[in-house]
Amino acid sequence: MSAPLLSARGLEKRFGAVVAADAVNIDVPAGQRLSVIGSNGAGKTTFVNMVTGYLKPDAGEIRLDDRDITRFSHRRIAGLGICRSFQIPQLCLELTVLENLLVAVAAAGGHFSLWHPADDAGQRERAESLLRRFGLTNDAARPVVELAGGVRKLLDIALALARRPKLLMLDEPTSGVSADEKFAAMERVMEALEGEAATVLFVEHDMDIVSRFSQRVIAFYSGRVIADGEPAHVLGDAGVIRFVTGGTAR
Amino acid sequence: MPLVRSFAVAVAIALVLAAGGLLAPKWLLFLATMSVSHGLAVLGIVVLMRGGGASFGQGMFFAIGAYVAASMPQTLGITDAVVRSLLGMIAAGVVAAVFAPMLARYRGIFFAMLTLALSMVLYGLLSKASAVGGTDGLTVAKPTLLGLVLTPGRADYLLFVLTVALSVLAAWAVVVYKNSVAGLLAQAVRANSLRVEYLGASSQRSLATSFVLCGLLGGLGGAITAQVLGHVEPDFTNWTTSGEFVFIAVLAGQQSVAAVFVASLLLEIVRSFSNLYFPNTWQLALGAFLLFVILFRPGGIGSLWAGRRKTVADTPAVPLQERRA
Repeated sequence: MSAPLLSARGLEKRFGAVVAADAVNIDVPAGQRLSVIGSNGAGKTTFVNMVTGYLKPDAGEIRLDDRDITRFSHRRIAGLGICRSFQIPQLCLELTVLENLLVAVAAAGGHFSLWHPADDAGQRERAESLLRRFGLTNDAARPVVELAGGVRKLLDIALALARRPKLLMLDEPTSGVSADEKFAAMERVMEALEGEAATVLFVEHDMDIVSRFSQRVIAFYSGRVIADGEPAHVLGDAGVIRFVTGGTAR
Repeated sequence: MPLVRSFAVAVAIALVLAAGGLLAPKWLLFLATMSVSHGLAVLGIVVLMRGGGASFGQGMFFAIGAYVAASMPQTLGITDAVVRSLLGMIAAGVVAAVFAPMLARYRGIFFAMLTLALSMVLYGLLSKASAVGGTDGLTVAKPTLLGLVLTPGRADYLLFVLTVALSVLAAWAVVVYKNSVAGLLAQAVRANSLRVEYLGASSQRSLATSFVLCGLLGGLGGAITAQVLGHVEPDFTNWTTSGEFVFIAVLAGQQSVAAVFVASLLLEIVRSFSNLYFPNTWQLALGAFLLFVILFRPGGIGSLWAGRRKTVADTPAVPLQERRA
């Protein structure tokens, strides 16, 4: 059996008395679409932050393609192929949508020329291709500061995709999007991902989104993984119902 | 060829200004020369601000350029104004490159205060170093220009032409940089450096590059100023000099390269006339002027003609270089 794309072993992270990760073991095979669920403070975003290098675990090891990346900077990890979007979109507000994407494309290509135009044909083509895939073409010239929350979410994900990552981590891709538009937004994201070889991990609170768009679900509670498997299995788990989804077991 | 075209525009602007200099009275010629050379140092600050940094110590590079240009005739026997200006610029750029990796680890007020600290260290060194005249500074030997001896009758005009030529070239280079990959990344670093890092680019390298460019421009401005004034002194790197550059940068805004030179000229005019008609109170006029600009033109005077920010997407078919700064 081939090594998983991402392997987290024995991850631990504490913030004072708060346990954000407690012996977390997760293997993610290439090509999988999985979601991470859990109540607020369960450790979902901490896990994403540790994998993407923003936080360093107190103990444990993270491997990408069997390479230890535990102590790498977030920039180096991005360079190795793990990219992410954020719960609160992290964008360059004073730049336009297209300029944000040109920045992402330039960063992905490792370009840093003092005279080469930022919008040469190749870079612009890649940026415009992302605009089309995310339905943002009509917003290309608009400064990000003018955009609605949902559009910002899409742009944040488009930026993460510019590098053609091996692993794309989406932190609550539908939060801040109205209930009516959640499915449409997620459909748009999934359509945009078609043709990309990216493995996708997304943190999500909406269980309808989780069951519809993921092949596997990992449930966190109090820094621990309490369930891991197919959506129907995990969402029917008594512990998940009690601690995560908030219903009662039938 | 956008680069060639924008260069041609730059050359045309330089020619028009040089021709205008023929008609200008001597006092205006001197005032304009000083404004433009100071404008170069301010342009450095604007480049740095665009890239997420703020400098309260631009006087350091200004002084390095000035002292290097001033000492060339005695140390290396170089009298040519162009060579002295370029050597002053390079020396300041080298010093900036030495400190850039350290400074690029800081942001905001810490970055600004570190630049101020460095400039004040240099101020102390220059004040105490008798080899460079201590607090009295140095008298700068008259430059030659491409083999021409600058006689009193034509020195002012030729130095004005040299200043305009070098400044227009520098301004063109800044416009090219602003529209480049590194220029766009610098803007992104200012807006959200964390995101830039998560995209895989180095915000520190970007800020360090902006700082070196800031140093190069400051050094060039100082080298020209030294040769025009004929004297250099430690006050070139004093905090008041750096503060004046920041003042002009705020006045100009970041939207236009041309605005930097216009703001510099305006400041010199306001100062000169305030000094003439309201002796010892010119700071009052200057403060009121700045207050007016901040209240009614927060984007700086450049926003008068560059009110709406031009964007890449505004002109889909036209490469960035063809746009006006």
